[in-house]
Amino acid sequence: MATTATAPVLAPARPKEQTGLWSWLATTDHKRIGILYLYTSLGFFLWGGIEAGIIRMQLARPNGTLVSAELYNQLFTMHGTNMVFLAIMPLSAAFFNFLIPLQIGARDVAFPRLNAFSYWVFLLGGIFITLPILFGVAPDGGWFGYTPLTTRQYSPGLNIDFWVLGLQILGVSTLAAGFNFITTIINMRAPGMNLMRMPLFTWNSFVVQFLVILAFPVITIALFFLQFDRFFGTNFYTPAAGGDPLLWQHLFWIFGHPEVYILILPAFGLISEVIPTFSRKPIFGYPVMVYATILIGFLGFGVWAHHMFAVGMGPVADSLFSLTTMLIAIPTGVKIFNWISTMWGGAIRFTVPMMFSIGLVAMFTIGGISGVSHASPPADLQQTDTYYIVAHFHYVLFGGSLMGLFAGIYFYFPKMYGRLMDERLGKWHFWLNFIGGNLTFFPMHFSGLLGMPRRIYQYDAGQGYENFNLASTIGYWFLFVSMLFFVYNFFRSRKSGTPVGNDPWGAGTLEWSIPSPPPEYNFAELPNVTSRYPLWDVKSPRLTAEVPHSQEGDEEVEVDVVGKDMGHPHPSTTDRSRIPLESVHRVEGETHRTAKELGIPMPSPTIKPLVTAVGLLIMVSGMLFIHRDSKALFYTLVLGGAALLVGSLYAWLTTPLEEEH
Amino acid sequence: MTSLETTMTSANQSMIAGGHHYTTTGLDNRKVAIWAFIGSECMLFTSLISTYLIYKGRSLVGPFPHEAWTNPQTGQAFPPILDIPVTSASTFVLLMSSLAMVLAHNAVVNKHVPKTTTGERILGSSKLWLGTTALFGLIFLMFQAYEFTSFVHEGLTIRTNLFGSSFFTLTGFHGAHVTAGVLWLLSLLAIDFKRGLVPGDALNVDLAALYWHFVDVVWIVIFTLVYLIQ
Repeated sequence: MATTATAPVLAPARPKEQTGLWSWLATTDHKRIGILYLYTSLGFFLWGGIEAGIIRMQLARPNGTLVSAELYNQLFTMHGTNMVFLAIMPLSAAFFNFLIPLQIGARDVAFPRLNAFSYWVFLLGGIFITLPILFGVAPDGGWFGYTPLTTRQYSPGLNIDFWVLGLQILGVSTLAAGFNFITTIINMRAPGMNLMRMPLFTWNSFVVQFLVILAFPVITIALFFLQFDRFFGTNFYTPAAGGDPLLWQHLFWIFGHPEVYILILPAFGLISEVIPTFSRKPIFGYPVMVYATILIGFLGFGVWAHHMFAVGMGPVADSLFSLTTMLIAIPTGVKIFNWISTMWGGAIRFTVPMMFSIGLVAMFTIGGISGVSHASPPADLQQTDTYYIVAHFHYVLFGGSLMGLFAGIYFYFPKMYGRLMDERLGKWHFWLNFIGGNLTFFPMHFSGLLGMPRRIYQYDAGQGYENFNLASTIGYWFLFVSMLFFVYNFFRSRKSGTPVGNDPWGAGTLEWSIPSPPPEYNFAELPNVTSRYPLWDVKSPRLTAEVPHSQEGDEEVEVDVVGKDMGHPHPSTTDRSRIPLESVHRVEGETHRTAKELGIPMPSPTIKPLVTAVGLLIMVSGMLFIHRDSKALFYTLVLGGAALLVGSLYAWLTTPLEEEH
Repeated sequence: MTSLETTMTSANQSMIAGGHHYTTTGLDNRKVAIWAFIGSECMLFTSLISTYLIYKGRSLVGPFPHEAWTNPQTGQAFPPILDIPVTSASTFVLLMSSLAMVLAHNAVVNKHVPKTTTGERILGSSKLWLGTTALFGLIFLMFQAYEFTSFVHEGLTIRTNLFGSSFFTLTGFHGAHVTAGVLWLLSLLAIDFKRGLVPGDALNVDLAALYWHFVDVVWIVIFTLVYLIQ
């Protein structure tokens, strides 16, 4: 019925130069880069899922013979590496890119070309680390690459070289994105968007970026030590020279535990947008949610050694890390209760994104509770390196992060493409995913407590593992089918989903005030933000009228940054004229104007970030040939890559971001 | 009148060239980003320095930083390897480079202030002070190259022991940062010779200066922890 009326809005407003391969290679638009991240990470996710499938088929019966022990090592290493660095992190990055500028009322990120660079480095690094498995030389030291197993003495092949170098490349991408988003969130918020009015997704992302820039340098150094040990014969991880194998474990987990929050917080942020929308209530306890997120970020740096209880650090260290680990459960629990309280008494609509969000709350709680159970060293000594741990982190990463990210995809798909994803197929996806996830991972608690170790490629019959493993494998096929539903739904809906306007869900935050898909400049006029749910204040004031933390509560928040008052005294609630959310009332049927017509300077498309990323890849790839007798290839690639990197970087830095007017 | 108009037009143009007319804090994006970058770099050097300190005194064989050592197999004697007077000199040069950096930034900011005396002209020469900063950085790097080669001649390489591995890696990373800083300064100097740096470029110099001072501060920490504390 409304389809015909809204059709002109959906007539693509993109000019010709916005289509075609070149436009994607040269894009600096945060929304398009977000979509690139989305597709790439979903691709890597499916690839990691296939690796998991081979693992599950091998373990379905005792003494499986599908793959060799060597290949099995590569499969579980790459499954972990893939899912952590190439699926969940970049899937979150897809949302950082697409959403943060829209949520804070900005026209792009702070450094659009650096943003493109981050993506290209991620893509090339991802391919670099993924391809070797096709040639049987994939990394095989586990996703945390414990030394001295990964030193040259015990892993002489190229496998670990690919891992070390690949992670270094991916680190560059993540760090560049981290600086970019921190600057964007600090510095590009629209007038009136003070920190305590920021949507919770942006808040969670903000904390994540701090975790990124503080945790990634540590893994960078740990990897450099390993690289130097392998390439130049240094002694960092050589016990024979007095080197301490625990050095790697400490450095890795100082990175690795914040990394866990890097993986989960974006999903927390997404469902903090979804749950209020479909409960028709502002989030319960907004400030507490913000403080809990910050606290998780802080405490996340103080719990790393709970991954190492089994190495014998002594009672003092064990007690201390046990304590901090139990402490971190408090802010996390606060979030769970706040989501539940948000739903309490709300007018809940069980849409697919809402179902995935509730799925997260349920599944993450199970994973969180099993997490607390190995915060206690005596219990952990029984659980460590068993499938109980595998069950735990799949509940938090699969049941937590991925459920949240799927919720985000269903929720923001209409903003990306102007069309809804199919609800019926989505519900199939959800239920198969929910049942399959629990069927796969719940039995692992039991096989783990019975003593089944992680990372074994075969197990003997008669130890009580058979049925649990078979159940896990059956669960995997549920997940496999659920993904078929998702992929089909995604591509079908992109072409023929129900067309929608600006705000299909009746949501309250800024990104829903602009057309779907948004024009390249996002906001024709920078909005003046006066509350946490500006759209609700305009469209359905009753929703927020009685809630103290919407407009009225903001009076207390006066953030003063370098002498510039950030917390504008808000206009009186009756004075609606000062809220220029004119796009809320955009007349349906009006096609949006181009940036040029509106006189908004936009960053010019450029290929230089891609060339710079290629230079980096060539330079790092050259390091693979360091042990060849002939050093010609090594020097050619390293020096050639470096020259390309520096040359294109100079070309990039000396070209203005926007065309001269 | 005319000059005022020109100034205003160029201000408008620089706003357009800067792209974002409005920032929340009023600071330029690059200024916020460099602080985030420096925060990140702190963790990088913290990891390196911690590793050095953890491995201090745990090398199985010499040479050692502060103690003499005799190789029990060959009977060869090794004196303590760190040469504190030489490194004190290079540290002084690097500290002075920070002073020159401040003067360079100051000179760019006050480019349009009329200068009458020779002293004001010297202080107001951004080329002189940028060049001096880069030169002092280069001198520091030459000291480091001398130090590394003499250590190798004395029998300490990156492979010799834990001290060699952690020392060369830590100071090498710092040296790489100084090298990047020198390249950055030379790029600014090239722009200064090409078209002259004006107060509108102050931010570009400021960013380089922040980085340079940071690298300098890191060296003070390294010098204290590695060289001075026995």
